[in-house]
Amino acid sequence: MGISLVYTIITVSSIGVTAAIILYFAARKFYVYEDPRIDEIEEALPAANCGGCGYAGCRAFADAIVKDNSIEGKNCPVGGNDTMSKAASIMGLEAVNQTPRIAVIRCNGACEHRPNTRNYEGASTCAIEAMHFGGSTDCQYGCLGLADCVASCDFNALHMDSETGLPVVSDENCVGCGACVKACPKDLIELRKQMPKYRKIFVACRNEDKGAAAKKACAVACIGCGKCEKECKYDAIVIKNNLAFIDSDKCKLCRKCVSVCPTNAIIEENFPPRKIKAEEPEKAGIEA
Amino acid sequence: MLKTFKKGGVHPSHNKLTAQKPIEQLPLPKTATFINTQHIGAPSKILVKRGDEIKVGQLIAESGGFVSANIHSSVSGKVAKIDSVIDSGGYRKDAVLINVEGDVWEESIDRSSTLITETSLDKTEIIKKINKAGIVGMGGATFPTHVKLSPPPGMKADLVIINGVECEPYLTSDHRLMLEKGEELMVGITLLIKALGTERAIIGIENNKPDAIEHLKALSKKYKNIEVCPLKVKYPQGSEKHLIKAITGREVPSGGLPIAVGTVVNNVATAISVYEAVMKNKPLIERVVTVTGKHLAQPSNFYVRLGTPVSTLIEAAGGLPENTAKVISGGPMMGRSMVNLGVPVTKGMSGILVFDDAEGHRKPVKSCIRCGRCIVACPMGLEPHLLMTLSEKQMWEKAEEEKIMNCIECGSCSFTCPSNRPLLDYIRLGKSTFGAIIRNRK
Repeated sequence: MGISLVYTIITVSSIGVTAAIILYFAARKFYVYEDPRIDEIEEALPAANCGGCGYAGCRAFADAIVKDNSIEGKNCPVGGNDTMSKAASIMGLEAVNQTPRIAVIRCNGACEHRPNTRNYEGASTCAIEAMHFGGSTDCQYGCLGLADCVASCDFNALHMDSETGLPVVSDENCVGCGACVKACPKDLIELRKQMPKYRKIFVACRNEDKGAAAKKACAVACIGCGKCEKECKYDAIVIKNNLAFIDSDKCKLCRKCVSVCPTNAIIEENFPPRKIKAEEPEKAGIEA
Repeated sequence: MLKTFKKGGVHPSHNKLTAQKPIEQLPLPKTATFINTQHIGAPSKILVKRGDEIKVGQLIAESGGFVSANIHSSVSGKVAKIDSVIDSGGYRKDAVLINVEGDVWEESIDRSSTLITETSLDKTEIIKKINKAGIVGMGGATFPTHVKLSPPPGMKADLVIINGVECEPYLTSDHRLMLEKGEELMVGITLLIKALGTERAIIGIENNKPDAIEHLKALSKKYKNIEVCPLKVKYPQGSEKHLIKAITGREVPSGGLPIAVGTVVNNVATAISVYEAVMKNKPLIERVVTVTGKHLAQPSNFYVRLGTPVSTLIEAAGGLPENTAKVISGGPMMGRSMVNLGVPVTKGMSGILVFDDAEGHRKPVKSCIRCGRCIVACPMGLEPHLLMTLSEKQMWEKAEEEKIMNCIECGSCSFTCPSNRPLLDYIRLGKSTFGAIIRNRK
């Protein structure tokens, strides 16, 4: 019994030693040089593998930075400027500050504003519903409410509001990776410049129909009247295809457009309540 | 032994309620709407403006490219407006709305019913006339006919197949046309033969229409290059690829067109429109629409002017019954439910089907039990359950390897699934997503 144990140990260890020698030479022969900076940058990245940078994952992003030897046009939205400056210092490059972005839902067509006019019974995803028809309300541009965006979010930054049937962005969690932007078949989610205290002003509508048709389909639709465009002192608002758009890079958050909008299509979020004016008492404090 | 295709297929109950109802002419509508995308391909360019006086048969929108088609007015009157209207899918499309006044036709159109069988026109002139008349495949796919008749260089057709299969349950518009316009159909087929320079044509008809088979067999004695081929009933035999396989045994290669095996398939209604366009100068402005449903008072086959609102047709068939759950454009297998009844009849609308609560709803979705029925049913030899999963997991490349693009969207898999899984929904999603990926690569 004792002797067979000895044989076993000798056999197994000799196999091990032979294999180790073969592997050693194989590793020498097939050695591929890899820039150590790739590992370093990958270490600095948040390892979310969300694809928000436009690459297949954090490793691919690190690889791309080292290969191009530049961080120009590359941004990790999750890690933000901290991560990017770390990556830049590893590469010995100058860090470029990027403005963080945050997602907004450009539809405010809750059930009360935009009643259902037909039923949808197919597979429960927005992508398929959009393929079948324009949606179960009269607005072909609006949110379908089947939460493809919520499913696409890796950061727990979106949830559906059961009352309105619309998705809500949790500002603290949103990193601006853009996964939801790609997931939305109606192109309703936009990445906007993140303002102090997560303040947001945006047109919560994508309806490009003429005013009357838009208003008929949804009570809070943008009718393209142009009042906000006239009111804005900073040229931040443009009307195109019967639809207003506020450029977040130009907007100074003055909130004047919000009060002139006749359909309440412009939304302000995370602002302190307004001082109530005598002539416009009910315009204050519109929440998404 | 009757011919059919071998692989897959299903047998939905026929429900041809209107098979013995002669085609009725429907009166003119008050307003007619012409959407500028009634065909596959580029949208047509609208030529008229508000206030223009229009005659029946006048060109109102011209073809926007090679794969596109002209659109003619089917009514006379004044253009009320050029506006966007909601189409049957709920999306807004540009359209011409015409207020109907009288019934004044273009002088060039021959409205008599005399049959003209001889023509001195040659191949290119025939195709030119078909192109001008805005004829598209009227079975539902609405592919412009002149494109089908102009094979790419190096390819030649040796056989014209006429699709009289009408494998969709409920629909009977082609069946009635074969019975009532058999003579015109025969002349139309000879024109198609001439346009393609082939030797012969075969009309494929499923044997649930024995009267049509007999009628056309009798007529075809006068035309020695036209044959009638009765087929065993099986869905989706009306699909081009399966009809070719059933009649000739030829198999269209994956990703290829029927012309790759030397055939061109045209629908019965298309062939009749070709006759009218070439011999009578009449553009595509009218078609037969089956309005049917088990709960409709008078299911009928109507000969209507394009642009007539669907609601008018349903009114004429006895009005919308109570408990209506769905109104479908097309047949129950491939048709799509409509979002409102104000939408106009378009070139490809072969039927309007009214379903009540009991018939019109989807059943609750359960888990896949791996029974393999969808694989047995798939006429393209695909694995629908796998394609659905891949599509659900967004594995588009893998889905393409599994030949998702070969799916003809016949719906046999969803029809046969005992767990009521939305197989076709996901496969369509995969197809459209992968189609977009391919377009982006270019």
